[in-house]
Amino acid sequence: MSLIRLQNISRRYQMGAETVHALRGVSLEIARGEYVAIMGPSGSGKSTLMNLLGCLDTPTAGSYELNGVQVSQMDDNDLAEIRNREIGFVFQTFNLLARSNALRNVELPLIYAGVPAEERRQVALNALTQVGLADRVLHKPNELSGGQRQRVAVARALVNNPAILLADEPTGNLDSKTGNEIMGLFEELSRKGNTIIVVTHEEDIAMRSRRIIRLRDGLIASDQLSTNPLIQ
Amino acid sequence: MNPLSELREGLGISFDAVRANKLRSTLATLGIVIGIVTVTLMGSAINGLDKAFIKSISALGADTLYVSREDWFDQSYDDWNKAQKRRPIDLSDCDALEQKLTMASAVAPEINVRRTVKYKTRSATLVRIIGTTEGFVETRGVNIAQGRFLTAADGEGSQPVCVIGNDILTNLFRGESPLGARIKVADQSFEVIGVLDKQGTFGLGKVSIDDWVVIPIREFIADVYSQKAIDQIGVKASDVTKLDDAEEELRQTLRHIRHLRPDQPDDFAINQQSQIVTMFHSMMRTTTVIGVFVTSLSLFVGGIGIMNIMFVSVVERTREIGVRKAIGAKSRSIMLQFLIESAFICLLGGIIAIVIAWGATLAVSKWAFPTVMSGTIVVIALLVSLATGVVAGFVPAWRAARMDPVEALRNE
Repeated sequence: MSLIRLQNISRRYQMGAETVHALRGVSLEIARGEYVAIMGPSGSGKSTLMNLLGCLDTPTAGSYELNGVQVSQMDDNDLAEIRNREIGFVFQTFNLLARSNALRNVELPLIYAGVPAEERRQVALNALTQVGLADRVLHKPNELSGGQRQRVAVARALVNNPAILLADEPTGNLDSKTGNEIMGLFEELSRKGNTIIVVTHEEDIAMRSRRIIRLRDGLIASDQLSTNPLIQ
Repeated sequence: MNPLSELREGLGISFDAVRANKLRSTLATLGIVIGIVTVTLMGSAINGLDKAFIKSISALGADTLYVSREDWFDQSYDDWNKAQKRRPIDLSDCDALEQKLTMASAVAPEINVRRTVKYKTRSATLVRIIGTTEGFVETRGVNIAQGRFLTAADGEGSQPVCVIGNDILTNLFRGESPLGARIKVADQSFEVIGVLDKQGTFGLGKVSIDDWVVIPIREFIADVYSQKAIDQIGVKASDVTKLDDAEEELRQTLRHIRHLRPDQPDDFAINQQSQIVTMFHSMMRTTTVIGVFVTSLSLFVGGIGIMNIMFVSVVERTREIGVRKAIGAKSRSIMLQFLIESAFICLLGGIIAIVIAWGATLAVSKWAFPTVMSGTIVVIALLVSLATGVVAGFVPAWRAARMDPVEALRNE
């Protein structure tokens, strides 16, 4: 059974008098444990698709089934709960809370999930250890390097054991060396069975995934397997 | 998400936010501080005045009725003029009342004039000289600090004796023992037989007994001020719960004594201090209403300041709101976060204000008039600041809660 099933999804925006068709009927299935890259030039609809996949937005038409649950008609509150439980976001600009240390940043999704303090701390520490930051848990974001910040963000994304890890240009703000390290981390997570979706415009980042979906003008232009030896 | 950890999370965020923006937060609380200082001082002043008033008015005795020609609270010139044409109250009225009243425990006439009082080379001007009888102790509820009060025998006028107030003791005797000493009032010599208990630091002018010299009424009329009319007769009801009955008995008896026909109106007035209390309270109500209005105004201004800061805070943290929402914060959680922050800032202001007001209260009590800062006032002030925070923070928090996560995350 597919983890993600999109059927004929479309999304329109009203920009003043003009209607923008960001997605024009996208159907897509992603199975549990897949490592998928979504590519496309700007304006292709990849951001819109990512927002929909991440349950930050709802489609104008079509259906979206995530982990067996129909989410395309949900209201804001239910979507928040779904995001909390099923989705871990990694952003290009890390988006950590500047005033909180790494541990508290990672604990945040657990706070909204209502996990008790002691358990929260333990789970967050585990997640930070998993990304190799066990010795940096009390550092604030401005005391960490870009790569370390992105690792904190990955730990935060993973801490709730989400169904999908959804990364939006995760290496966009990193130099190629640290970018490589992060991609290595993703591969490791993929091997452990996490479902990962990376939105990117960089070919070499996409090539490290197992499946590449290319968008053009709001439609899927191609959907092919890549041949990444590290993943196979 | 359980409410307790939500609250703790909110408080933690607020604390961080305030610490990160110390100057801004301080300026934001300024309006609230001023507002709450006003609330607290107002409350304390009214509280203090009320207590002081009750204390000083109790010198009159709550259960004592006063018969006089004029009603104490006649405001119009016509009423006053009419009262002046009435037959004077005199000692014979007083004597007759003393014999006939059954519901009175004491009756005392009162007549007063201001005179200079001398002791040796020292003198005090404009001292209130009161002519009365032994019943005065009961009708006025005064206490004796030294010696004794007038007796029935003194009342007969055989001895020129007097009882002095505490200020007279301080000013004329300056530490000398007054008992047995002789002071001069209107060139007559009076032996001091007693000293009245000090009434307190806060007298409402007329009511303060501390600068009084009390002498037997017949002595007063014979030697100090020769007139038949007396100011008023104090009648103490024997049972305070039957004050109305006592008043009615007094009225009927007095009508009988003064030979009024049934169709004639009273040619006297019966006053009681509850009237003063009533008037005082209505005055205080007016003061309170004005105070509350002024206070609300300053709190309103303070609240707008907080609202402004919260709007800035929300806009500044659009990105953070987006991240929190992406991570799974519901609108309610975001709303609560900003409400807590707003309430927290205001509560902080409230606490600062209470400290300031506490100092001010002490200062005012020392140099102006008594103020009492009660626990109730502190609790009210804190609740008001909390409520101001919630009200002022509502719209900004609402705006934050309603943000679209996609838009918020895109914000730079």
